[in-house]
Amino acid sequence: MTQRGILARRPAWSVAVLPVVAVAAGAFLSHWLQRPPSIGGAFELLDRDSRPFTDANLRGRPFAIYFGYTRCPDVCPTTLLHLADWRRRMGADGEKLQIVFVSVDPEIDTPASVGAYVDLFRASMIGLTGTPAQVAAIADAYRVVYAKVPQPSGGYNVDHSTAVFLVDSAGRYVDSISPLDNDEAALAKLRTLVAR
Amino acid sequence: MKSHSMIAMLALAFMATGIRNVPAAAPAQLRIEAPWARETAEGQRDGGGFMTIVNDGKSADQLVAASSPVSAEVQIHTVQMENGMMRMRELPEGIAIPAQGRVELKPRSLHIMFIKLQRPLRAGEKVPVTLKFRAGGEQTVMMEVRAMAASMMSPMPAPPAK
Repeated sequence: MTQRGILARRPAWSVAVLPVVAVAAGAFLSHWLQRPPSIGGAFELLDRDSRPFTDANLRGRPFAIYFGYTRCPDVCPTTLLHLADWRRRMGADGEKLQIVFVSVDPEIDTPASVGAYVDLFRASMIGLTGTPAQVAAIADAYRVVYAKVPQPSGGYNVDHSTAVFLVDSAGRYVDSISPLDNDEAALAKLRTLVAR
Repeated sequence: MKSHSMIAMLALAFMATGIRNVPAAAPAQLRIEAPWARETAEGQRDGGGFMTIVNDGKSADQLVAASSPVSAEVQIHTVQMENGMMRMRELPEGIAIPAQGRVELKPRSLHIMFIKLQRPLRAGEKVPVTLKFRAGGEQTVMMEVRAMAASMMSPMPAPPAK
C-alpha cells in the first residue's frame, strides 16, 4: 500500500524515464557479460641479450604478437613471413607496426637463438622468450594454448595456438588474425589497428 | 619358420603376378623432385626439409627413414591444423608412396626434420640427405637450402589438415 503511495507521488516524467534507464542498464549488463575475457596486458620476457623486456617496451606503437617456436616447421615461418609482407604492403602506415615473436619453447630456444631466428625474415621483428614461468604467464595473459607432446623416438614437439594478436599503442587488445583469414581480411584488421 | 616365410613370399609373388602380371620383387622406381630445406638461424636446434617423391614403379613403397651428416637425426613428420592449434607429429612408420603416385612433402604438411643440427643451414648451400625406402633401398639427394623469405610455399588460408 505504501509502495503504491510512493509511485503515485512520483512526477509524471519518471514513468517515461524509468524504462529507458532499465533498458540501458540491461543492455550495458548484457554487453559486459558477453564481453570476451580480457586478452593481453602486462608481461615480462627476455630479449636477445637476455635483458628484461616488458609490455612497456612496446607502448606507443601498435604491435602484432605471435607465439610459436623456432623448430616449428612451417606455420610459424609462414605466419611471420605474412606479417612482414602485410606490413610492407601497408606502406608508411605499416612502419608504425611492431611484429613480436614469442617462443613458447624456452627449454630449447634461448633468447639469443630467438633473436637470430627473427633476423632470418629480413624484416624488423622482435624475438622474445623467457623463463618457463615468464612464458607461461604471457601465454596465460593472451589465452594462448601450448603443450609439450612427447614423440615416439624421444624428444617433444610443441602444439600451440596459431592466432596473431593485435594490440594498440596504449597496450589494449584490439583483434586477432587467424590462419583462416585471407590477405584482405588480415590487412583490413591491421589497417584498423594502426588507424586507432 | 624359414620355410613358412618362403611359402608366404611365394604366395605373395604368385598373387602379385596373377593380379598385376609383374614380378612382385620389382623395386619401386623412385624419383625425388625439388628437394629443399629452410635456412636456419644460429642456435636454432632443428630445421625442416621438403621434396616431392615420385613413384614410377608398379608397386607401392614406403619412406621409412632418413639421415644427414648435418644433424644428429632426421625424422619424418607431419603437421595438422586443428581448432586453431598447430600440431606437429613424428611419423615413426614413415610415409607410404603409392605405386605410380607422387607424395609432396611441403610446408604445413609432411616434411622431414633435421633434429639437432650440427651447424645452421645457410641459404644457397646444398646439404645431402639419404632417404631409405622399404623396397627401393637408399637414395641420397642434395637439398637446396632456401632463404626464409623465399620459402613461403603455401598462401593462406591453410589447406585442410591431413
